[in-house]
Amino acid sequence: MNFWNFVTENRLEIATLTLEHLWIVGVSTLLAIAVGIPLGILITRKPALHKPVIAIANIMQTIPSLALFGFLLPAPWIGERAGRLAILALTLYALLPIIRNTYVGITGVDRAIIDAARGMGLTDWQLLQKVELPLAASVILAGIRVALVISIGLATIAAAIGAGGLGELIFRGLAMVNNSVILAGAIPAAVLALLADTILGQLEKRFAPQRTQA
Amino acid sequence: MSFTLPNGKKILQAISFEVHRGEILILLGRSGSGKTTALKLINGLLELSGGELRVDGRPTADWDPIELRRGIGYAIQEVGLLPHYTVARNVALVPTIQNWPKEKVSARVEDLLRLVGLNSEIASRYPHQLSGGQRQRVGVARALAADPPILLMDEPFGALDPLTRADLQREFLSLQKQLGKTVLFVTHDLHEALRLGTRIALLEDGRLVSLTSKDEFLTSSEPLVKKYAEAFGTYEPQREKP
Repeated sequence: MNFWNFVTENRLEIATLTLEHLWIVGVSTLLAIAVGIPLGILITRKPALHKPVIAIANIMQTIPSLALFGFLLPAPWIGERAGRLAILALTLYALLPIIRNTYVGITGVDRAIIDAARGMGLTDWQLLQKVELPLAASVILAGIRVALVISIGLATIAAAIGAGGLGELIFRGLAMVNNSVILAGAIPAAVLALLADTILGQLEKRFAPQRTQA
Repeated sequence: MSFTLPNGKKILQAISFEVHRGEILILLGRSGSGKTTALKLINGLLELSGGELRVDGRPTADWDPIELRRGIGYAIQEVGLLPHYTVARNVALVPTIQNWPKEKVSARVEDLLRLVGLNSEIASRYPHQLSGGQRQRVGVARALAADPPILLMDEPFGALDPLTRADLQREFLSLQKQLGKTVLFVTHDLHEALRLGTRIALLEDGRLVSLTSKDEFLTSSEPLVKKYAEAFGTYEPQREKP
């Protein structure tokens, strides 16, 4: 059976798996943003926490993904459903680039701008919201972009624990020694990654800070 | 307004002076002499490590730092304009965070731009689209926005070419005559100090070497002041008559 025949005959399944894939990646990236950005901000305020937080996020990244799925399996509630498990694992992987870029983006804002803004009487919250976050936005977005592209690739492995997504076609193709089936999973995953990369790259440009003052 | 500030890190050692209402007090000194530190202590960007500092007769420790800073205009050398805000929003920063009504803010911005000699057309531009002189003017306008009685200026005209600087100094003087602010002005340029100051405080290595009126400064017998005065004398011939 050649590739195009397989794709046309199974287009409904491929579409469903793509949506599943997007769901897993989307939810986990949103969770990672919801946790990672506040954590990144926190470690700019409490420098003592910087090293331990980055170290933990770093360790997460070094755990091989299959092993991480295995570790999480006995966890209550999470372990009950493969989908939840996959989302949690991908969230943990996505944390590091988001935390790190939030930290780097905020600490990279020009000292003179911060001093002037504080000297004007901005509260810590106003400083964050009006000055630091807008000026760090493009760096933070770059972190989210990296996290998202990594997640789209990693999510294919989630199929190994039955979480669905495009990885299912890849694993099935491997078992059947059928390249067409593998490609039917791999190509959409690659296209998703490229799309995510391009869209976020555009966003990043839009949020790029104005040229700094001479 | 008076303060004393011996500093543990010895950036400033047991300095004591008083700023009179409505005067321009110049803090003069080389880089590293503690001028900028003194300003940052006043608006609470740095904390006193000893001694006492009073603003309006009230120790800064008793002030809410946010309230204190909003009563003190602050203009610095690299200006510190927010690069992602237009000129208008930069100038409006303090009134906006103090929740002034919108119409009042925009009227104020218009007045201020006129006051510092800027065309209202530039209100919608971003800081990187301005010349150095325009940026400094915007910085001064922003510092004046909420009409604070006190202004702290940290080499606000430092990065300008001599002609633009002279323009801004002259305008600043006439502005000060109109507004009667109490100004603490940091500079390392004696020329600027003599032109703008009511009195001049000379700092060296975190110590206050002398505090005199500007006329007394050139005739002082203090050795370091003499050195300054001599260095100044070498280019006195080019000085324009006030």
